[in-house]
Amino acid sequence: MNIAVVLRQVPDLIETLEIAGDGTCLDYGAARFIVNEWDNHALEQALLLKESRGGSVTVVALDFGEVDNTLYEASAKGADNIVKIPWDADQPPALRQAVALYAEVLRSIAAELILVGCQAHDELEGPLAPQLAFALKLPYVGVVRGVQPSDEPGSIRVFKEFPGAVVARMAVRLPALIGILAAEKAPRYVPVSRIRAAMKSTQIQEQEVSPPPTESLATVSRLYVPEAPQRAEMLEGSVEEVAERLYQILAEKGLVR
Amino acid sequence: MIQAGTKAAEEGRTLTLLEEVLASPDGESVLGCMQCGVCSGSCPYGEVMKYPPRQIIQEAIAGRDADLISSPSVWMCVGCYTCAKRCPRGIDLTDVVWPALRDQALQRGIQPPTELRVAFQNLYLYGNLLGVSPRKRLDWAKDLDVTVRDLSRQPEPVEILWLVGCYPSYYPRNQVVSRAMARLLTAMGVRWGVLGKDEKSLGDCDRLFGEEGLFELLVENNHKLFRQYQFDKLVLTDPHGFRALQKFYPRYGVDIPAQHYTMYLAEKVDQLRPLLVRPIEATVTYHDNCCVGRRCECYEPPRELLRLIPGLKLVEMPRNREIALCCGGGGGGMWLDGHIVEHGGRRLSDERVLEAASTGAKILAVSCPFELSRFEDSIKVTGLEGKLVVRDIIELLAESMGLEERKKA
Repeated sequence: MNIAVVLRQVPDLIETLEIAGDGTCLDYGAARFIVNEWDNHALEQALLLKESRGGSVTVVALDFGEVDNTLYEASAKGADNIVKIPWDADQPPALRQAVALYAEVLRSIAAELILVGCQAHDELEGPLAPQLAFALKLPYVGVVRGVQPSDEPGSIRVFKEFPGAVVARMAVRLPALIGILAAEKAPRYVPVSRIRAAMKSTQIQEQEVSPPPTESLATVSRLYVPEAPQRAEMLEGSVEEVAERLYQILAEKGLVR
Repeated sequence: MIQAGTKAAEEGRTLTLLEEVLASPDGESVLGCMQCGVCSGSCPYGEVMKYPPRQIIQEAIAGRDADLISSPSVWMCVGCYTCAKRCPRGIDLTDVVWPALRDQALQRGIQPPTELRVAFQNLYLYGNLLGVSPRKRLDWAKDLDVTVRDLSRQPEPVEILWLVGCYPSYYPRNQVVSRAMARLLTAMGVRWGVLGKDEKSLGDCDRLFGEEGLFELLVENNHKLFRQYQFDKLVLTDPHGFRALQKFYPRYGVDIPAQHYTMYLAEKVDQLRPLLVRPIEATVTYHDNCCVGRRCECYEPPRELLRLIPGLKLVEMPRNREIALCCGGGGGGMWLDGHIVEHGGRRLSDERVLEAASTGAKILAVSCPFELSRFEDSIKVTGLEGKLVVRDIIELLAESMGLEERKKA
C-alpha cells in the first residue's frame, strides 16, 4: 500500500506564545516550531501499516518552521520519500491556501491512502483533514485511533472514536483520506545517530506548486491572551482562619448549616 | 571516539553486540571475563534481571543476543558502577557493556520505556531533560539577592563558569539549592558566571543509556559554547555532568578543567571556615553519589565540608563510600522507576532512606540534584516524614553562613 502523510509545523507550546505588533496574529519570528502531534501519529500509523503489509510512505510537508529536522527524523523512522513544498511567507498558510498546496502535491503522488492528523492546535478555520479530503474528492473518516489492513482487497479497517468511549470499526474503500487522532502505538523514538545518518542520505524533493488563493475565510480583528475573570479567592492566614473562611463560604452557598 | 554501533549506524551498517563491545575503548577486556558472577551478585537489581551482567557478557560472546536485546533487563541498570568496581578482571561493565547493549537495542528499533523516551526527546529538542523552554533556564535566579553574571547576555571573563544543570535550573526543589549556591559563591568573593539560556545538558545519562548519537550532539554543542567564554574552570552541581566532562568529553577533544562543587569548595576550606558562623545542631549522615564517590573515589571532600559546620555531627550509614547503595537515579534511572518496579525491582532510594534513618540521623545530606527529589519521595512512602529531611550540602553550608532563602527587598 502506498501511503502519503502530511506533516505540519506548529508553534511549540513549551514557549510562551507572543502576539505580533499589529495584534492580529502570533509573532512567528519569536516562536519555536515542532511537528504537529497528530500528524506525528499519522506518520507512525503509516509506518506500522507499511511494516505490516509492505508498500511505501511518502511524507509531504510545507517548507516552514523547523521542517527539515522533522523530515530527516521521518526519514530515519522509515519514510521512503520526502516531498517539500516551497513556502516563503513568515507565517503558515491559511486553511484555503494549505488545502490548495497540499492537494496539488497529493494529486501528483496518487497514494492509495492519505493520513493527516485530525487536528492541530493552530487551526483557525477548522481542521485541514476533511477539507483536504473534499478537495481531493476522497472519502473521509476523522478522529481515527487505529488503521489496519483488511483482508478485502482495496480497503482498510479504521477505528473511529466517538464521545463516551465508543469506538466504531469501519471498512473504508481506498483511496481515502483518514484523520488520525492516535496511531496504534506511540510514535517511535529513533536514535539521533539514525537522524544524523538520514541528514546525509535523505533526498528531499522540492515540488513547485501553483500559487494558492490569497484570501482567507476568516479575518482576525484581535488576538489576545484570555482575560482572567477574577473569580478566584485565595484563602490566606492560619489553618484555623482558612478553615473558618471556608466554612463561611460553604454556609453562604447553603452547602453546610 | 563515539560508540561503534552509533558510528556504524551513521554509515548505514549494523553490528552485533559483541562487535560493538569489542570496538569500544577498553572493550576487549570482556574477553577476559571468567564468569565468576561477582558483577551479578553485586548489582542491586541482579536478582530480578532475566539477564544479569554476567549473563549479558556470556550471551554477547556466544552471539546469542536477540532475546537479550529485547528483554526488560536492558533497561534495568542505573549506572551505579558497582559491577565495574568489583570486577576482578577490571571489565568496565557500566561504561562499556551496558551502553553497547542499549545502543544495540535502540539501533534495532527496540523502544526504551516511555519516560526515558520522553527524556531523550526533550534533550534532543530543548537541550534539557525536563522539556522546559531554554529561555527559562535562569528562572531560578528571578528576584535573587545577588548578582548573576549571565554570560549568554554579556560575556566577560570569570573565575568559574558554573554549569547549573537541568534539575537545579528548572525543578523547584533544586532551584532552592541553586539560589543557595549563588549566595555562597558570592559570599566567598568568587567571580562566577552562568550560561543562562545557552546552557545545555552535558548528556552523561544518555551516553550510559546507549544514546551515543545524542551524547555526541550535546558534546558538539557544548564544545562550541565553552570556546566562546573565558573562565579558569567549570564547576558543576551535577556529578553526572562532571563525570562526563572528566572521562568522556576528552575522547571528543574537549579537555576542560572541571570540578564537582564538593571538590571545588573542599579546596577552599580556609576561606569557608570563618564564614560558617551559625551552628547546625543536628546529626547528619551523608549519601555518596555514585559518580563523585565510587567512580572518582572522591569520598572525603563532601565529608570535609560537612565537618566544617559548627554543631553538626556526622555519622555514617553501614554502606558508605565504596559500598554505598545507589539512589537508583543515575544513568537514566530517574526515568525508569516505573519500568524497574514493574519488572520485579524496588526503588533503591526507599531502601537508602531507611538505612539513613537507622543511623539516628535527622538530616540526610546529598550532593547530587537527583537525590533530593528521589529521597524526599522515598521519605514519604516509607513513613519517615517528620523524622528525616534531605538537604544538599550547599543548603547546609549556606544556612551556616546565614544565607537563608530570601527575596530581594
